[in-house]
Amino acid sequence: MSIRVRYFGSLREKMGRVDDILAAEDIDTVSDVWKAVSEGEYLPDRILCAVNMDYADPDAPVKDGDEVAFFPPVTGG
Amino acid sequence: MRLRFSRRSPGADVLIELRPAGFDPYAELQRYQTETLGHAGKYGATCSFVGTMRDFNENETVRRMFLDHYPGMTERQLERIAEEAKTRWRFLDALVIHRVGEILPDQPIVLVAVWSSHRGAAFDACRYIMEELKSRAPFWKKETLALGERWVEKNTGGY
Repeated sequence: MSIRVRYFGSLREKMGRVDDILAAEDIDTVSDVWKAVSEGEYLPDRILCAVNMDYADPDAPVKDGDEVAFFPPVTGG
Repeated sequence: MRLRFSRRSPGADVLIELRPAGFDPYAELQRYQTETLGHAGKYGATCSFVGTMRDFNENETVRRMFLDHYPGMTERQLERIAEEAKTRWRFLDALVIHRVGEILPDQPIVLVAVWSSHRGAAFDACRYIMEELKSRAPFWKKETLALGERWVEKNTGGY
């Protein structure tokens, strides 16, 4: 299992990196991905999630090869 | 980055572009209408919105700004928003141009324009695309102030 995890905006600076490659086997959902990259933290309410470039809920399933992204509220326009 | 999505359905055409350098929204409008837009004689209404960078925000002077985005997802979400607008209003064409990268005060950030037969669809679809862009399109602003930098936490409501 390999999942690319990407961070944007202020979260990228907080994480101190632009992405991670997860190889863990016990990952079923977006929440599991977050726990794996944040040393067991719960996903903060304000953080938005995407799977393969579409918005996703924390309980959305993930599979091998997916790209998962976490980011703060958007501020374009 | 240029993404023309076109006549795959009987509905409107939409052009979405992300620009890494400055642009003149009024020249873009004129060029698009002259060179790209069909429908001569068919549209009676054009509604456009231009968003421009201010030199102040939340009681601070802002010197410049960096506009971060998520390549691929940003374009996809803008497409989705435009497709939704097409299902809700009958318009002929729409143009969305959005800056990314370093921006200075007084520079345009975004242009949304909609052409339709009658004004109602142009006004409403333009507003819809702009408001949805503000709340859903993955862009993030980082401001440089007189002292230090800060990420903009959230957009203000448009209504």
